[in-house]
Amino acid sequence: MESSKVIHAFYNDDEVLLDAVKAVKSEHYHIEEVFCPFPVHGLDKAMGLAPTKLAITAFFYGITGLSFAIWMTNYMMIEDWPQDIGGKPSFSWIENMPAFVPIMFELTVFFAAHLMVITFYMRSRIWPFKKADNPDPRTTDDHFLMEIPIHNNEEALTSLLSKTGAVEINIVDKH
Amino acid sequence: MYQFSGKLKSLSIILTVVGLIGIGYSFYTAPGSIEDAKEIIANQSSHGDDHGNNHADAAHTAISDSDSHHDASVEADSHHGAENTHHEGAKDVSNHEAHNEHDAHAEHAFHQLQNKPWSALYVSLFFFLGISLLVLAFYAAQRVAQSGWSIVLFRVMEAITANLVPTSIIMVLVILAASVLHVNHMFPWMAEGVFDPSSPNYDAIVDGKSWWMNVPGWTIRSIVYLVIWNAYRWFIRKNSIAEDTANDNQKTYKKNYNASVIFLFLFMISESMMSWDWIMGLDPHWFSTLFGWYVLASLLVSSLTVVAFVTIYLRSKNAIPGINDSHIHDLAKFMFGFSVFWTYLWFAQFMLIWYADIPEETTYFVARFNEYKLPFIAMVVMNFVFPVLLLLNSDYKSIPWFVVIGGIVILGGHYIDIFVMIMPATVGPFWSFGIAEFSAILFFLGIFIYTVFSAFAKVNPIPKGNPFLEESEHFHYYNIEHRGEGSGDHH
Repeated sequence: MESSKVIHAFYNDDEVLLDAVKAVKSEHYHIEEVFCPFPVHGLDKAMGLAPTKLAITAFFYGITGLSFAIWMTNYMMIEDWPQDIGGKPSFSWIENMPAFVPIMFELTVFFAAHLMVITFYMRSRIWPFKKADNPDPRTTDDHFLMEIPIHNNEEALTSLLSKTGAVEINIVDKH
Repeated sequence: MYQFSGKLKSLSIILTVVGLIGIGYSFYTAPGSIEDAKEIIANQSSHGDDHGNNHADAAHTAISDSDSHHDASVEADSHHGAENTHHEGAKDVSNHEAHNEHDAHAEHAFHQLQNKPWSALYVSLFFFLGISLLVLAFYAAQRVAQSGWSIVLFRVMEAITANLVPTSIIMVLVILAASVLHVNHMFPWMAEGVFDPSSPNYDAIVDGKSWWMNVPGWTIRSIVYLVIWNAYRWFIRKNSIAEDTANDNQKTYKKNYNASVIFLFLFMISESMMSWDWIMGLDPHWFSTLFGWYVLASLLVSSLTVVAFVTIYLRSKNAIPGINDSHIHDLAKFMFGFSVFWTYLWFAQFMLIWYADIPEETTYFVARFNEYKLPFIAMVVMNFVFPVLLLLNSDYKSIPWFVVIGGIVILGGHYIDIFVMIMPATVGPFWSFGIAEFSAILFFLGIFIYTVFSAFAKVNPIPKGNPFLEESEHFHYYNIEHRGEGSGDHH
């Protein structure tokens, strides 16, 4: 397998990093990935990433939860074991609907939140027992790392990155 | 500096005058005697086949006028009984008992019809007063939180609170008209003999609350609330302008901060008590412990909507330097969030009463659900379903025309909310949306436009001396693009 070289530029401030990303993008280099110890607002835009579709999935997960709650309350409280709710033995779902609103609300939130988190993990390729693939453990502490693939432009990149305030620049082989 | 244009000024004056004429007309056409009232009812009943219903409903909402010495649960039953008897009575006029009852009803109906122009005025007055008040409270909260984003909107909010002054003056007149002059019957517990055990009007339940519900106490409290709010408004407006040129190492700023803390404390107490006195007191037997919050939520979402409207308008005139799409986005977030908050409180109040099914509590919703079904249900759709669907998407919140459409529905919905809080208690089944209601809105809208825009035109449109001004001018919610005017220089 042919190995490809990448450049790792380290930063120790999120504002410096953000400006560096903008500088690199304005020179039309492709940024493979940026590793951060915490989320940096505006980084996705600066890197030119497409907006997340997570919000749209959350909406549909919420609808799913709402539907599930309606089905569940109807099955449990009306069909399977009809309940006299609040002294109003109507045995109709719609007439007892106010009693089910908290359940509908909670399950909407539950589905939206949990499924959104799971989707986020899947999309980010994180799952149980997966080995961490951040290139340097310092990115989990106080450093930011920008990874740029090299295509015979090692020197130009290095000089550009050192101008943007990188505290350390390494060239590594990536398999 | 913003110029209050002659066009807008004449519009506001026209609105006020037209409104005033309409209000005058509605008072003039209100029945002057029981005979007039009977005629109006007879006319109404000849149009439709719901004659029996109308009267039964009138009996239903008769809380203290006709039923004086029952306890609440008996009362609910007797109402039901009256409904039945009367329903039959409507079919068989020779029924003597029903005929007697008819006279009692006629007097009650007469009072309700007389209340109509008052109630129409009161709904709009409360709505506009409440909006100005809640803008003031929101503004105080911004000062206390030392928030950065909203500084460029401070003068807009201050301008809107200017409307507190005329609405408070009118409120004082209405308060005195109700309590001292006794010219209307909106508050049934102010009727003669309610606290007198020997009177046929005696109401044991209201008498039990007489330590709170008495005319002098009510009048004094009402005036105290208005004085507190107006005093803070006067103080903060003066010192906010002083801040611009103070240059005293933020001494004025800190003084304003302290005043706002004190005001917020007093506001939370006085707002709750105001909602008991001015709205819950219309239904003196009924009570709800979260009513103050519920009224607060309704007025808060309306007031944020009004701030957004005035901001969008002034921005389109390039009158607010330093404003950008993120400020609109934040206002729309508040509109969305407080719509949900309102729904939560409205539903919390409804569900507990529905679940427990205690007659003395359910009367409130029975009256609303029987006679006000359309506005009652429309209000929930307008105040919850519509804002959620329209303003859920983050991108839509910074598009002015989306915010305006959402806001119009929210304001309409919360007007209806106030309408449904007040009307069932004061006019019962005789509600309508006609000249009286519409004129009252026009009247207060005219005053609102005049006071707000002339207040905005008087001073510098941005508070120059505020230490957070810079932050506010560079405010950019990271997740949106700035498209509108005034955004080119940031990012």
